[in-house]
Amino acid sequence: MDTSVETGIPTRSDLPLRVINSSPEAILKAQKRARLSFRQIRTENIFNKTLMLMGLIMVILVLGIFLTLIVQSLPSIKALGPKYLWGEVWDPVQDIYGAWPFLLGTLLSSFLALIISIPFSISVAIFLGEYHPNGWLPNFLKNTVELIAAVPSVIYGFWGLAVLVPLVRTFESHIGVAPIGVGIFSSSLILAVMIIPYAASLGRSMISMVPSHLKEAAYGLGATRWEVIRSVVLPYTKSGLFAGILLSLGRALGETMAVTMVIGNTSLIPKNIFAPGNTMASVIANEFTEADKPVYLSALIELGLVLFLVTVVINMIGKKIIDRFTND
Amino acid sequence: MKLNSFKFRHSLFTGVFFAILSVSMVSCGGGSNGGGSDSTSTDDALIGAGSSFDNPLFSKQFSEYSKTNGLKVNYQSVGSGAGISQLTAKTVDFGASDAPMNGKQDSALSAPAVHIPITAGAVVLSYNLPDVKDTLMLTPGVLADIFLGKITKWSDPAIAAVNKGIKLPSTSIVIAHRSDGSGTSAIFTTYLSKVSEEWNTRVGKGTSVNWPAGLGGKGNEGVSGLIKQTPGCIGYIELAYAIQNNMPYAKLQNKAGNFITPSIASVTAAANIQIPADTKVSLTNTDAADGYPISGFSWVIIYKEQKYGDRTQDRATKLVKLLSWMIHDGQQYSSALYYAPLSSAAVDAGDAVLKTVTFDGKPVLQ
Repeated sequence: MDTSVETGIPTRSDLPLRVINSSPEAILKAQKRARLSFRQIRTENIFNKTLMLMGLIMVILVLGIFLTLIVQSLPSIKALGPKYLWGEVWDPVQDIYGAWPFLLGTLLSSFLALIISIPFSISVAIFLGEYHPNGWLPNFLKNTVELIAAVPSVIYGFWGLAVLVPLVRTFESHIGVAPIGVGIFSSSLILAVMIIPYAASLGRSMISMVPSHLKEAAYGLGATRWEVIRSVVLPYTKSGLFAGILLSLGRALGETMAVTMVIGNTSLIPKNIFAPGNTMASVIANEFTEADKPVYLSALIELGLVLFLVTVVINMIGKKIIDRFTND
Repeated sequence: MKLNSFKFRHSLFTGVFFAILSVSMVSCGGGSNGGGSDSTSTDDALIGAGSSFDNPLFSKQFSEYSKTNGLKVNYQSVGSGAGISQLTAKTVDFGASDAPMNGKQDSALSAPAVHIPITAGAVVLSYNLPDVKDTLMLTPGVLADIFLGKITKWSDPAIAAVNKGIKLPSTSIVIAHRSDGSGTSAIFTTYLSKVSEEWNTRVGKGTSVNWPAGLGGKGNEGVSGLIKQTPGCIGYIELAYAIQNNMPYAKLQNKAGNFITPSIASVTAAANIQIPADTKVSLTNTDAADGYPISGFSWVIIYKEQKYGDRTQDRATKLVKLLSWMIHDGQQYSSALYYAPLSSAAVDAGDAVLKTVTFDGKPVLQ
């Protein structure tokens, strides 16, 4: 012991012996540590359970909505049968309900909006994701596009009615259709503006995530920028771009307020894309408050059920397509 | 693994619990449209719900009434149909509706209800013909044919025959109607069903109908938006809305053959007819010689026997006294808000109905 103090180098005898300390203080300390780790485990478990519960609540919520729709539309399903889906007359006075004009109106306006919006959203995505990811102008553009999604839809409706509809009316009188202004075409234009941000932001983040070594390899082989985008970036991101487009389609299918203000709200089957029509969401919003007969109310709820199912089916088809894209 | 399966089972139980909860909520919601808590007994204020048409007048009347009597009335302007649903669910003291209750709504009630005419309004035909300076005149037949889509041009000889001396353009007629279910549509289609057999069989009457032609706008503002924007457009809106927004509106030929300009006076005149004891009368196509034909009452609907749930005699008395004030002194606020004051015949009929309202079998008003 003495030597070690002199040399300053600890010898073997200096090292504390590893004995199990059974003094009461030590036991208390060990118990404390055990309790602490038990508490940690418990926290972990509670957190885990909370997450699970939250997830479950979401599932139950969707199932509950689905169940509500089914239960409440039972009277109408019983009274009208499957003919409801392809019936062409919606006559609340005589209790004849056919959802076909509204189904057609919904699909027509949404897909038309999608077709109009795709060039814009893809261009914005490529511009922001590939050409100019940084800088004040791209940032400004990015924020503006995101702002489009934040504007309440009733404002789009107002703007559509005040600005877009007169323009469409002038356009219609030039091409020789009845110059009404409101109609499927106007609502598709409004919808197209509203859904651009969804596909654009998702597309942008997908494009900016393309590994740079792929692009650099292509540049190394002498590819131009356009060729890189066409044969590297787009093939790599197609499932993401498609997912964005699908997201925007879902938004278009369910949009109510802006559409009802510019679509013309008629139960007649639209003859062309400039004719007035109606969508399922806008019929529900319009007629729900004064649906004074049980079957009428139920028929409106069944319309909601159909809209729900259409959205689910389109999403499922989309998922399938995304899977196929990503697999090959 | 064992622990895991236990946890899974545990969460499954939670899941089932919530599923049952949601299903039970579903079945509750199915029964009554109003749902919600029974707020009638919580505080002192009377609660009403229904017609949005009545709302501006009611707001004024209730605020004036509370100045003198200290009674608060909470009115929810949710639409006539929803008002009747809430009365059926007994979540309100009174409902207000632009159309009397139909047979199905009546049979849904657990006890008989009475209608009290509270005010009257009119539906006018507004149009957009920039070059026409004189007031357009319409006959019932021409009007029905326009809305049936049979007359498609303003220059049609049938319109010209009524409007001698007015040069009408050859533009197409664009029809604007309400897209939302509304009492305004109900009054208008009831009128068309009365004057046109074809309309009656092909379209019928109701808060929402299957329009043979035209565009739909949401609310009075939606329809007037379409009219203002579209040259050659004709649509129907409430008289008060048309006056407030300086929209042109047509003179309409009534049953007696006179062309009547819609106004507060001509609507009150339309209501000066023989009114049945239950007051459920449509003023459309009125017999009154100087009455505007597309007029209609708006009613307050209450239960005839006021003792239901945990209602007190005091509450019932307050309600009936309020209604009595509304059809008498309360009428002075009508004209300023472009409502037609009740005709004397309507006030008498309302008085008679209020006398039949009982609490525990005894009349509320002595």
